[in-house]
Amino acid sequence: MSVFLTLIKRDVRHAFAGGGITLPVIFFLLVATLYPFGVGPDGALLSKTGGGVLWIAALLASLLPIDRLIGPDADGGVLDQLAVRGISDEAIGAAKIISHWLTFGPSLLLATIPAAGLLRLDSETFWRIEAGLVLGTPGLAALSVMIAALTAGLRSAGALGGMLLLPLAVPLLIFGAGSLDPAGGSAFKLLGAVSLLLCALGPFAAGAAIKAMRS
Amino acid sequence: MDGAGQLAFESVACVRGGRLLFQDFSLSLAAGDAALLRGPNGVGKSSLLRLAAGLLEPASGLITHQGRFALADEALALDPRQTLRNALLFWARLDANAERDLMDALGTMGIEHLASVPVRMLSTGQRKRATIARVIASGADVWLLDEPGNGLDKDALTLLDAAMAVHRVGGGIVLAASHQPLGLDGAKYITLGAP
Repeated sequence: MSVFLTLIKRDVRHAFAGGGITLPVIFFLLVATLYPFGVGPDGALLSKTGGGVLWIAALLASLLPIDRLIGPDADGGVLDQLAVRGISDEAIGAAKIISHWLTFGPSLLLATIPAAGLLRLDSETFWRIEAGLVLGTPGLAALSVMIAALTAGLRSAGALGGMLLLPLAVPLLIFGAGSLDPAGGSAFKLLGAVSLLLCALGPFAAGAAIKAMRS
Repeated sequence: MDGAGQLAFESVACVRGGRLLFQDFSLSLAAGDAALLRGPNGVGKSSLLRLAAGLLEPASGLITHQGRFALADEALALDPRQTLRNALLFWARLDANAERDLMDALGTMGIEHLASVPVRMLSTGQRKRATIARVIASGADVWLLDEPGNGLDKDALTLLDAAMAVHRVGGGIVLAASHQPLGLDGAKYITLGAP
């Protein structure tokens, strides 16, 4: 267990040092700032559509650090050294998912507070978004790490990762946006189910991709 | 290190990218043994070390081992932004080793004065010394060294020879691939790709 914690601690510290935390937050807030400029200062329109915009922004924000999640460790021989020590690739994948969520999940939840103000969201919508993000961001983190492992070592990993991740994130987006509806209680359940499925698959898919990289 | 290392290859074959590199390779190393792999480029020396470390699966044959491994290949596996000490501490923590052992290992390779220097500032030779210090600090039974002498100056080569000798006296095993002569007394010399 202490091995697992050591891995998580290292990745979280890396993210702090390399801008992995500030970049997604700044991006998220930029979208929330720019959107009113794009559609005009119509408060009713903003509060009606703002929730969906924040979900798309969260999706794209989680994508930003994707080329830094696995690639540098694969190139630097860190993954090989972990394997030599008998640490399974699936454990590495799980540690990466947890540390990735720790670095962008909570900070995104915090950034939603000013973003909701910028988009004139009422308090009910705000809480629905926060609850949805709590359920959905672990799934996003798992998806990001899976794609990062698949594209590690490729030259345009970041761009390719986006192409691969966004279609797969559609269920999260549908149920996330669906949960904004006051009658969307079942959307919360489905959002949680999709997120849970991704979190369960993530370590194994990422582990298999890391294994395949080696041979 | 518990001094009970053991490593054995039984008629192992290695296939990389659809090409047969070697077959029917057998080797047995007990505590205190060393083997030096030689042979032309691309004959499969590095692949053999990766097979031993469990990073590759043999196409056929059996590889058995006892004790922990430490691998030193061309990849540094140290975070470039961190100081040398902190980067090595990450591995020491994973291996559940004390920081004192790590500083001893740095001293063994003559780089204790670089402990507070960021890894990205190190020269090629200093990186190689750091790689070997990582292996020494790991306290593993079986050392797998891929071209450990590359980029090392004469002093560092002497330090490496001494470190390998100490490791073997303590019951450790060294399996190295090198074009340079290494000071491995009584080592088995294996030439891969020989007809």
